[in-house]
Amino acid sequence: ILDGSLLFQQVPMVEIDGMKMVQTRAILSYIAGKYSLYGKDLKERALIDMYVEGIADLLQMVLAFPFSPPEAKEKNLDSIKEKATSRYFPVFEKALKQHGQDFLVGNKFSWADVQLMQAILEVEEKIPAVLSGFPQLQAFKTKMSNMPTIKKFLQPGSPRKPPADEHYVETVLNIFMR
Amino acid sequence: MAAKPRLYYFDGRGKMESIRWLLAAAGVEFEEEFLETQEQYEKLLKGGSLLFQQVPMVEIDGMKMVQTRAILSYIAGKYNLYGKDLKERALIDMYVGGTEDLMGFILMFPFLSAEDKEKQRAFIVQKATSRYFPAYEKVLKDHGQDYLVGNNFSWADVHLLEAILMVEEKKSDVLSGFPQLQAFKARISSIPTIKKFLEPGSQRKPVPDDKYVETVRRVLRMYYDVKAN
Repeated sequence: ILDGSLLFQQVPMVEIDGMKMVQTRAILSYIAGKYSLYGKDLKERALIDMYVEGIADLLQMVLAFPFSPPEAKEKNLDSIKEKATSRYFPVFEKALKQHGQDFLVGNKFSWADVQLMQAILEVEEKIPAVLSGFPQLQAFKTKMSNMPTIKKFLQPGSPRKPPADEHYVETVLNIFMR
Repeated sequence: MAAKPRLYYFDGRGKMESIRWLLAAAGVEFEEEFLETQEQYEKLLKGGSLLFQQVPMVEIDGMKMVQTRAILSYIAGKYNLYGKDLKERALIDMYVGGTEDLMGFILMFPFLSAEDKEKQRAFIVQKATSRYFPAYEKVLKDHGQDYLVGNNFSWADVHLLEAILMVEEKKSDVLSGFPQLQAFKARISSIPTIKKFLEPGSQRKPVPDDKYVETVRRVLRMYYDVKAN
């Protein structure tokens, strides 16, 4: 913070291409744009943005979960399950069914696919059978898992982080509570 | 002639206000359909118009767009308010992220109890003056240009002006100590499209009142208590 590295005194912060970027969405948009994972035109970008923002709302519930008090955890878990199965997953199930393509937008791998894959796996960690009733998403999950870069990321030894545990929660709270 | 964008939301600020600002700044005329009853909302839901069952929703260029950020990004891109390249877009996205967080603290304000309102007001002012305003003050001071990014009017400027005015409504002298932002506010307010939007009779919505809160709660069946930050 004292360094001036954190524009709004917050993390995430990513040093990339000479910038000290903050704001998760800004960082993700930059990476998606730079590596051609953001669609081919303004309209595809709009669709990707809509999907990504929706999934982000779901992921936010998963993010907040470890920090909720013990007595609220069951209720929050039910909430995640309810939102996933009645609000978010049906949208992507329908999209995939309607166009019959492998990827969510423009028949090409994009940020939206990565974000959906992350959400599926993280919700499954909390609710193992959550994809039952979503055959398109099950097939999607398998296809994504087999893409070389994603496959690699899913293997042990990758920078992928495990689900938040008590130690993680403690660490975060200690730093912010100073 | 292309149809005008059509905004679906309550007759009040909420999450739609930033979209009204950006369309107005870009000189784009738009229409609005105000949600007043549960029936209207259910009709939208049943019609499949709301991708994630939520508003804001904007009909634009043949799309029924949802998700405030997605809508704003589309408008910014379409009307050349998103910088000239990926790096300028990155800066705009960062700055807009900050003002969005700040305005987010104000979004829930009308729904709070009287006691929580006072706490939240102090919280908003504290965050504005110690976290957000200093960041933008420094950006403007460092490059000495009229606009936040790339010496060109952009979404970031519109969003920052909106945030400044909203915080000032909570504490009128909040910009004392921020001379760059004071000058910025005067400059951006005098841009013709913005000036027009700031005049009475525009589609800018007033500070939310009890009637607004009642409408939202009724339409969304949002009868739970909203907590302060």
